[in-house]
Amino acid sequence: MKKVWMVSALAAVMTFTAACGESETDSETNAQGNGGEQTESDAEENNASDDEGILSGEIAIDGSSTVFPIMEAVSEEYRMEAPDVQAPVGVSGSGGGFEKFINGETDLSNASRPIKEEEKKGLEENGIDYIELPLAYDGISVVVSEENDFVDYLTVEELQKIWTDGQAETWSDVREGWPDEPIERFSPGTDSGTFDYWSEVILEEGDISKDAQLSEDDNVLVNGVMNSPHAIGYFGYAYYAENRDTLKAVPVDNGDGPVKPTPETINDGTYEPLSRPLFTYVKTKSLQEKPQVRDYVEFMNTVAGDLALEVGYINLPDEQYEKNKKMIEEAAGK
Amino acid sequence: MLTETTERNYAESVKSRPSFSWRIVKNKGFKGLFVGATAFSLLMLLVLLTRIITQGYVYIDWDFLTSFPSRKAEEAGIFSAFIGTIWMMTVTAPVSFLIGVGTAIYLEEYTKKNWFTSLIQMNISNLAGVPSIVFGLLGLTIFVREMALGRSVLAGGLTMALLILPIIVVASQEAIRAVPGELKSASFAMGATKWQTTYRIVLPAALPGILTGNILALSRAIGETAPLIMIGALTYVAFLPEGLLSSFTVMPIQIFNWTGRPQEEFHQVAASGIIILLVMLLIMNAVAVWIRNKFQKRL
Repeated sequence: MKKVWMVSALAAVMTFTAACGESETDSETNAQGNGGEQTESDAEENNASDDEGILSGEIAIDGSSTVFPIMEAVSEEYRMEAPDVQAPVGVSGSGGGFEKFINGETDLSNASRPIKEEEKKGLEENGIDYIELPLAYDGISVVVSEENDFVDYLTVEELQKIWTDGQAETWSDVREGWPDEPIERFSPGTDSGTFDYWSEVILEEGDISKDAQLSEDDNVLVNGVMNSPHAIGYFGYAYYAENRDTLKAVPVDNGDGPVKPTPETINDGTYEPLSRPLFTYVKTKSLQEKPQVRDYVEFMNTVAGDLALEVGYINLPDEQYEKNKKMIEEAAGK
Repeated sequence: MLTETTERNYAESVKSRPSFSWRIVKNKGFKGLFVGATAFSLLMLLVLLTRIITQGYVYIDWDFLTSFPSRKAEEAGIFSAFIGTIWMMTVTAPVSFLIGVGTAIYLEEYTKKNWFTSLIQMNISNLAGVPSIVFGLLGLTIFVREMALGRSVLAGGLTMALLILPIIVVASQEAIRAVPGELKSASFAMGATKWQTTYRIVLPAALPGILTGNILALSRAIGETAPLIMIGALTYVAFLPEGLLSSFTVMPIQIFNWTGRPQEEFHQVAASGIIILLVMLLIMNAVAVWIRNKFQKRL
C-alpha cells in the first residue's frame, strides 16, 4: 500500500517539478517580455498613426529549409515591430510546405523553387488564391577544392557533361589536357530545391550521374569537395562564402564568358543560369482577413533584401521589391 | 570392459587435446578482444564528448538558456526549445505511463495465453522496431488532421507517447513477470481479489523496473526529431507555449537546424545545444538509477 503511495507521490513530484520549471521560466519571460514591450510601445507610439490598434494573433509559416534563415531573420526583426504577433517558422521543405499550404494550414509557404503545376492544381481545387513573392537570390556555386589547380572555368555544356549520367568519366573527358583522373561528384539530395533547379538548368532531360554522392546536409558536401583535388560539387552561395579558404568557386560560362559567383554578379543577373530566386507564397485570403499577416508581409518585403545579405543570400534588384509591394497591395485590397 | 574404453578414450582425448599453452593463448586472446570492444566504444564516446564540449562550451551561459533563437549566432539561445521539450514531456509522460503500464498489467495478469494474446504480444514487440518517422505519419494523420489538434504541444506529446508505448509495455511486462509467483499465490490464498493482489503485491514489487523502463523510454522521446518534423513542429519559435494547443519546438529540432547552417559559429551553437540535451538526458538516467536502487532496497 505504502509503496503505491510512493509511486503516485513520485509521479506527482515529477509533474510538479516540471510544472515548477515552467512557471519559473514563464515569469522570467514575462519579465523579459515586459522589458521588450516597453521599447516596443515606444516604437509604436512613434508610428501609431498608421497602425489601427496593436496587432496580435499567429501567422503560420512553413516550407523550404533554404529560405528558412531569411524568414527566421524576418520573424526575429518583426518581434520588435509587433511583439504580440507570433510568427513561428517551420521547416518542412519546399514540397512539404506546399502540401500544408494546399491543405489550408499555412498563411505563408516558403519555396526554393517555383510552384509546380500539380501544386497549382491542388490549390485551385481547394479554392486557395495566392501571390508569389520573390525574396532573394541564391547563387548556386560550383566548387572545387583549393588544391585543384586545373579547373579555371566551366561552360554550361561542360557542366552538363560532368553531371549527366553516362557522359564524362574522367576530367580528361571534359576538356583536353585535364588530368586523366575520375571525377568525384558531390550533389545535394534529390529532395532539395537546389537539386530540382540543377536538374532543370544543367541536366535538362538527363539523369544525374550514378557516381554522384548525394547528401541532404550541405556541410557534408563541403567536406567531400574540400578533401580531394578531383572533386566537384554545387550548393548554395552561403556554403561557399563560409568556406572560401578551402574551396574555389568555378566561374561559369553561359556563352558570354566566365562569370564568378559574387554578390554583385548574382544580384544583377550576370551569373547565369545559376542565380536562382527564393520565394514565399502568400495566401490572399490571409492577407485580406488577417491584419497581422498583411503587416508581416509588408514588413518582410521592406527588410528581406538586407536580411538576405546578412544570412548569406543575395538581395534582389530594388525594382523587384517595388513590384512585390504593388502585388501585396493589390492582393490585400485597400 | 567399460572402464577400459573410458580410460582409452581419456588417454586419446589427452593426446588430441591442443597444447596447454594454446588454450591459454586463446583465453587471453578473447579477453583482449572483449576489452578492445569495450575500449573502442568508450573511446568513441570520449571523442564525441570532447569534440562537443570543446566546440560548445563557448556559447554556454545563462543567456544561451534564456534567449530565443536568432539569426546571429552570439544571440541565439535554446530557451523556447528547452521549454518546448519540457511541455511535450508533461504530455508524453503521464499518457504513456498510464496506457503502457495498463496494457502490461492486462497482458501479464488478466489474459490467458492464447493465439490472440500472442498476436498482440508479437505486434507490440514489432512496433518497438518501427522507424520513428512512421509514428510521425500516424501522428500527422490522426492527431494533427483527424482530431484537428494542429501542430500543437498536445499533438506532439501524444505522437511521442505512441512512439515510446511499445518500449514501456515490454519493460513493464518484464518487471511484472519478475515478481515471484509465491507472493501472488500467498495473496490469493488470503482471499485477495485479482485487483487487490495486483495493486498491493505485484505493482509495488515491479515498480522499480517499471519506472526505470519509463524513464529510459522518455529519454528516447527527448532525443527524437523525425516524427515531430513530420507532424510539423516548428523550427523558429520566439515564444513559449501558453497551453496544450500552442505551437512549439523541441531541442533536437533546434540543434538539427543549427548544424545544417553554413556558418561555423552555428555549429558551435549546435554543440552547446547538444550539451544541454546531454545534461538533461544524464539527469533523467541518474533519476532512473536512483529510483531503481532506492526501491529495490525496500523490497
